[in-house]
Amino acid sequence: MSDILAVEQLDVRHGLLQAVRGVSFSVTKGEIVAFVGANGAGKTTLFRTIAGAHRPTGGRILFEGSDVTALPDYRRVQQGIALVPEGRRLFMQMSVRENLQLAGEVGRPGRWDVKAVLEVFPNLAARINAKAGNLSGGEQQATAIGRALMTNPEVLLLDEISLGLSPAAVGRVYESLKALMETGTTILLVEQDLNRALSVAHRVICMLEGNIAAEGPVEEMTRERIMDAYFGLHRAAGAGA
Amino acid sequence: MKAPSIIHVERWTPASVAATTGALALIVILAFGPMLFGINGIEKLTTLFIYVILAVMWNALAGYGGLISVGQQAFFGLGAYAVLRLANFGINPFLSLFIGAILVAIVSLPISSFMLRLKAGEFAIGMWVLAELAHLLVNLDGLINGETGTSFIELNRYAAPIRHALIYWSALAAMVGLLGIVFMLLRSRIGVSIQAIRDNEDAAESIGVKVFATKRIIFILAAGGAAMAGALWVASAITFQPKTYFSVEWTAYMIFMVLVGGIGTFEGAITGAVIFFLIEMWFGAAGVWYLIGLGGTALIFALFLPRGVWGTVEDRLHVRLLPVGYRLRLDHETDAPQRDGPAA
Amino acid sequence: MTDWINSIVQGVLLGGYYALIACGLAFMFQVMRIINLAHGSLAVLAGFAIWSIAGHFGISPFLALLVVLPGMAAVGWLLQRGVLERSARAGLLVPLLATFGLAIVIDNVLFEGYGADTRSLAPFIDTLAYDSWAIGNIYIGQLSVLIFAVAVAMLGSLSLFLSKTHLGRAIRATAEDPDTVGLIGINARKVNVFATMIAMLTVAIAGMFLGMRATFMPYSGGAQLVFAFEATVIGGSGSLWGTLIGGIILGVAQTVGAQINPQGFLIAGHLVFLIVLVARVSMPFPSWPMLFSWLRRQPS
Repeated sequence: MSDILAVEQLDVRHGLLQAVRGVSFSVTKGEIVAFVGANGAGKTTLFRTIAGAHRPTGGRILFEGSDVTALPDYRRVQQGIALVPEGRRLFMQMSVRENLQLAGEVGRPGRWDVKAVLEVFPNLAARINAKAGNLSGGEQQATAIGRALMTNPEVLLLDEISLGLSPAAVGRVYESLKALMETGTTILLVEQDLNRALSVAHRVICMLEGNIAAEGPVEEMTRERIMDAYFGLHRAAGAGA
Repeated sequence: MKAPSIIHVERWTPASVAATTGALALIVILAFGPMLFGINGIEKLTTLFIYVILAVMWNALAGYGGLISVGQQAFFGLGAYAVLRLANFGINPFLSLFIGAILVAIVSLPISSFMLRLKAGEFAIGMWVLAELAHLLVNLDGLINGETGTSFIELNRYAAPIRHALIYWSALAAMVGLLGIVFMLLRSRIGVSIQAIRDNEDAAESIGVKVFATKRIIFILAAGGAAMAGALWVASAITFQPKTYFSVEWTAYMIFMVLVGGIGTFEGAITGAVIFFLIEMWFGAAGVWYLIGLGGTALIFALFLPRGVWGTVEDRLHVRLLPVGYRLRLDHETDAPQRDGPAA
Repeated sequence: MTDWINSIVQGVLLGGYYALIACGLAFMFQVMRIINLAHGSLAVLAGFAIWSIAGHFGISPFLALLVVLPGMAAVGWLLQRGVLERSARAGLLVPLLATFGLAIVIDNVLFEGYGADTRSLAPFIDTLAYDSWAIGNIYIGQLSVLIFAVAVAMLGSLSLFLSKTHLGRAIRATAEDPDTVGLIGINARKVNVFATMIAMLTVAIAGMFLGMRATFMPYSGGAQLVFAFEATVIGGSGSLWGTLIGGIILGVAQTVGAQINPQGFLIAGHLVFLIVLVARVSMPFPSWPMLFSWLRRQPS
C-alpha cells in the first residue's frame, strides 16, 4: 500500500517558539492515526501545517507522492486534504446549509453532498436552516465535520472534536463517525480522550514538546507506554508493573 | 550563559544625555532668534515651530493614543477663531493666543466623551464631520463675514519687528512647552499606560490601565496643541478665511509629517516636521504637483515604510535619543547585549 | 406647508442618491473592515471619466458608463492588490492613512487634468435633469426618482448576490473569518479582490448620477465621502439596507434644514449625524434610537 501522506523532518515555529521539531511519519490510505499528547505538544500546529494554514520553517509534506509544502491552504483542499479545525470555526452568521454548501462548491468529485452528510449526522436535518451560531456544541461539531466532508477529501484531519462537548455528545459524534471510518477514508485525529483515540485508531502517535515520543500500531501501544511517552517519563529497562 | 550578577534599570544613556543637552542648548540659541536672524528668518522659524507643534500633537493622538483623526483641523480653526473673538473682546492679542488654546482644549473635553467611544474608522471620519460642522458654525458668526473672513487687526498696534519677535517667542514658548508636556507625559505613569494600550488595549484594560482616561488626556492635549498652532498661524498670517483654516489639507500635512518622520516616536514627529518644512520651502511653489507628491509620499510610506524615516533609523541603529523609556543593563562576567525596554 | 412637504419629498429622494454613494463604502467596510477614505474621490474620478467620454464621443452618459464600468473594476483590482491588501496586513490604522494619501493624489491629479471648473453631466441628458411630475403642488423630479429606483435595485441585487450566489457566500464567509475560508477551498485574497471590484462598480454608477443631479469638480470627493459615511453610520454600520434608511434620514435632515436657513442644509445633516452617533454610543437602555437600529439590523 502506498503512502497517501508523508511528513518529513517537519519544523514549525509559533513566533519564537519551536512547536514542531523534526517530525516525520507517514500514513497509508485508509489508515486511521490518532495523535495524543499533552497540551502544547504541537499536535494542532502540526495539523494546521499539514492543512496549509501554517508555514513550516523546514521539512516537507508529501501528499499522494507530490510535494505540497509550498501550496496554500485552499489549494490543498482542492488536492484532497481537509481539516476540521480546533474550535470548529464555523461561519456563525451563516446557516448550516450555507456552511455545507460553501464547502461543497470546491468542486472535487466524490460522494459527499448535503444529503450524504445528513445521513451521517441525522440530528442536523432539523437544524439545516438554523444559524450556525445558534447550534449546540454537538451540532456545531457535526456541522464542522460535515463541512470538511463536503470537500470530498482524501485525507481528513480532525482536531480535538471532543473539545467542549458533553460525554454524551462526544459519544454521538463518534457513533456517527463509525460509518465514515469504515468507508476507508484516511483519517488523522487529535484526541485528548485517550480511550476514544485507542478505540478507533489503527495507529497511535504520541507527541511531546514538538517531538514524536512514541508511535506504533494500537495493539502495541499499551496505556503504560502511552502514559510514559505523554509525560516524558523514562523507565529503566526491567522495571515496571 | 552566566546568570547576570547585577541588573541596572536606567533611564539615561550617554546618547540621550548628549541629545538632551544639545536640545536644551539649541532652545537657548533659538531664544535669541530675533537678535540673530532677520525678519524673513524669524518668520520661517515661526512656521517651522508651528509645523513641529502640529506633527507632535497629531503623533501623540495617532502614535500614542492609537487614534487616527482626519479632523484635527477642527481645533486648528477653532483656535484661530477663539483668538480673534478674544482679541475683539479686548484681551491682549498675545495673551489671547494662549487663552484661546486653553479654551479650545476645555471645549474638547465634552467632545471627547462621545468621540472616543467610536471605533477607529468611525472616529477618523467623525472628527472630519466635526471639523465641517465647526467650519459652518464659525461662518455664522458676524465677526467672521462668512467665507470672506476677517483679519487679526488687533495686532496692528504693534510695529512690525516687535510683532514678529513676539509671535516668534510665543511660537517658541508654545512649542517648547508642548514638547515638554509630551516628554513629561511619556516619562510618567501615563507614558507606560500609553505603551500598554498601544501594544494590546484589552490586556492593558484587564490589568487596570485606565484606557479611556488615558486616551482622553491625549485627545485634549492634541486638541489644545492644534488650537495653539491655529492661534499662532492667524497671528503670523493676520488673515483668517474659514475655508483655509478648516481645510482637510491640514490633516494631510500632519499625516505626511508623522508618517514620513516616524509614527509613535517623539523624535520622529520633529524629524517629519523639519522634512515637511524643507519640502514646502523648495517645492511649495509647484502647486498641484506639490500636493500630489505629498499624498503619494504618504501613500508610499504607509505601504512600504510605515515606521517612517526616524523609526527605520531607530530600528537599524538601535538608537534612542530621548530618555523616555527604560533600559536594562545586565552586568555579566562576559559582555552582555543591552536590551531596551518600552520606549516612545 | 407645501414647502415643507416638498422639502421632505426631496429629502427622501436625495436619500436614494446617498444610498447609492454609500453602499460601496458600507459594502467594503462590512466585508473587509476597511474604511476607504478615497471612496468619494473615486466616485468623482468615475464622474470625470464619464464626462470626458460622453463629451468626446458625443454619447449619452449611460453609454459612457458601460465603458467606465470595466475601467473602475480594474481600478478596484489595483486598489485591492496594490494598496488595501498590503496596508491591511500592517494593522487597522494603516489602511486609513494609505487611502487618505491616495485620495489626495486622485484629487490633485484630477485638478491637474481638469482644472478648477465645475462640470456636470446634466447637459448630456436633456430634460431628464429637471423634468418633474407634479402632484398638486408637490414636484417630484424624474431624475431623482430614477436615482432612487437604481439605489433600491442596487441594494436589492447586492443583497440577493450575497445570499444566493457562491461568490456572495464566499464573501460573507471571508468577511466573518478570513483565516478559515482557506480550509474549505476558498482563496480569501481573490474573494476580497472581487469584493473591491464590486464596490468600485457601485462607485462608478454613483459618480455618474452625481454628475447628473449636481455639479462636481476635482475636490468634490471629500464631501461625497462624508455624505456616504454619514448615511452608512446613521443607518447602522452593519447593513446594506441601512444605507437607504440612513441616506433618507440624512437627506430629509438636510432639505428640512435648508428650509430653516440656507446654511442649514449641511449643518442639519452633520448635526443629525452627530446626534445619532452620540445616541448610539451613550444609550445603555433600550430606547427609540437603539430599537430603531436594532430593527434595521439585517441578518447578514
